[in-house]
Amino acid sequence: MSRLRLLPYGDRAVLAEVDDGPHALGLAAQLRSDPPFGVVDVVPGARTVLVLLDPELTSPQLVREAVAAVPLQPLQPGRGRLVEIPVRYDGPDLDEVARLAGLAGPDEVAARHAARDYVVAFCGFAPGFGYLAGGDPVLAVPRRDSPRTRVPAGALAVAGEWSAVYPRASPGGWRLLGSTRLVLFDAERDPAVLLSPGTRVRFVAEPR
Amino acid sequence: MIEVLEPGPLATVQDLGRPGLAALGVGRAGAADPAALRLANRLVGNVEGAAGIEATLGGLSVRVEADVTAALAGAPCPAAVGSRPVAPYAPFHLAAGDALRLGTPSSGLRSYLAVRGGVAVPAVLGSRSTDCFAGLGHPPLRSGDRLPLGTATASPPVVDLAPQPRPAAQRVLRVLPGPRVDWLAEGSFQALCAATWRVSADADRVGIRLEGPALRRQRREELPSEGMVAGAIQASPDGRPALLLVEHPVTGGYPVLAVVIGADLAAAAQCRPGESLRFSAATGAC
Repeated sequence: MSRLRLLPYGDRAVLAEVDDGPHALGLAAQLRSDPPFGVVDVVPGARTVLVLLDPELTSPQLVREAVAAVPLQPLQPGRGRLVEIPVRYDGPDLDEVARLAGLAGPDEVAARHAARDYVVAFCGFAPGFGYLAGGDPVLAVPRRDSPRTRVPAGALAVAGEWSAVYPRASPGGWRLLGSTRLVLFDAERDPAVLLSPGTRVRFVAEPR
Repeated sequence: MIEVLEPGPLATVQDLGRPGLAALGVGRAGAADPAALRLANRLVGNVEGAAGIEATLGGLSVRVEADVTAALAGAPCPAAVGSRPVAPYAPFHLAAGDALRLGTPSSGLRSYLAVRGGVAVPAVLGSRSTDCFAGLGHPPLRSGDRLPLGTATASPPVVDLAPQPRPAAQRVLRVLPGPRVDWLAEGSFQALCAATWRVSADADRVGIRLEGPALRRQRREELPSEGMVAGAIQASPDGRPALLLVEHPVTGGYPVLAVVIGADLAAAAQCRPGESLRFSAATGAC
């Protein structure tokens, strides 16, 4: 049974902290499908849900009471939409990740990475940048000491417990395992964002 | 059409942003001082959320291609149409071909130009606003840009002047405790309110780095990423606080020790590099 802690966050938000990511996703999904009156946005984090409110319509106290009344349930794995991401495991950091993880070489890194099913825990950093949970703990390597000034769009990367695909070119300190042709964010497309919280992700290895 | 002659240091198209998409990594953004944009829109008889131009530290010059009613709000700038001065917080008329020029505001940072009908650049994800951080919307304005104007939908303006209080000599922003005040050394919230801070040159629509006494953390581990809000004051790794503004990342991993109350967010967006700034504990905690 996960516990709920309600933390103060000024006069326009409440932060709900739970024990783990699945419970944060479960709470966020419930608040999104049946939002308390006056709630304007619901933002999952790694183990929190930020609830933004309109102070002209409600108050942090009323929202705290409404959040506390939601039964805590983890998001059921396997219920989210599934997105398959074709990936070439051709990233420049494969050798280094293999060394840091104590694996035989790039092929084993790729095989272990593609063997898991992932779920988008939360988004951040850039539009459509989803933090993917569920990776092989062996591949939990620290980020680079000095970030790259430019990581190309579509780069598949790992850092700590997370995997992610850069939706567009940007600076980045994560370790690059591969690349995909899939466009993760396109403001003109519906949906603009492919990887929303709760979405399941499977990487499908393409020949290098 | 409205033609940009000079954008000044930074001018962008802004409306009230993209609420409701933060879970997808798309922040609300929009006008840094939304109250000022709303006022400028009301003065020209627009809906409050119509798009206008946010000028940073003045310097904006535009020319209109047809007669239109306009108004300025936010940081008070000396402004002129040709040689005729125009005052902020009051609607004025621009005839076809007229050029409006803004000087440097006497105080504050961001001024808003609303024109009747609103700036009608294409909407991206439901908003015409420029999000520099996320790279959404019309790029920051450049000389020669021509912006379409929309059709007025609300009734004509009826207010001649909306007097605004003079900004205080020293800004004092009211704050409430944030979710991670216990990640910092005991007494850090009080220390935040006791110090006089200086707005550093590292200040943009994402946020403002503050110079002053370093805040000490008592919990050193990495904070799992969590949602951020405009007005959040987070302790950066170097101990300096950063005050987040409208283009803040939707999630972040630095502990938030205090949050500026909604009523003082406009003042936060008007802080100018080099100015001093204080915080005070808001009464009537939520």
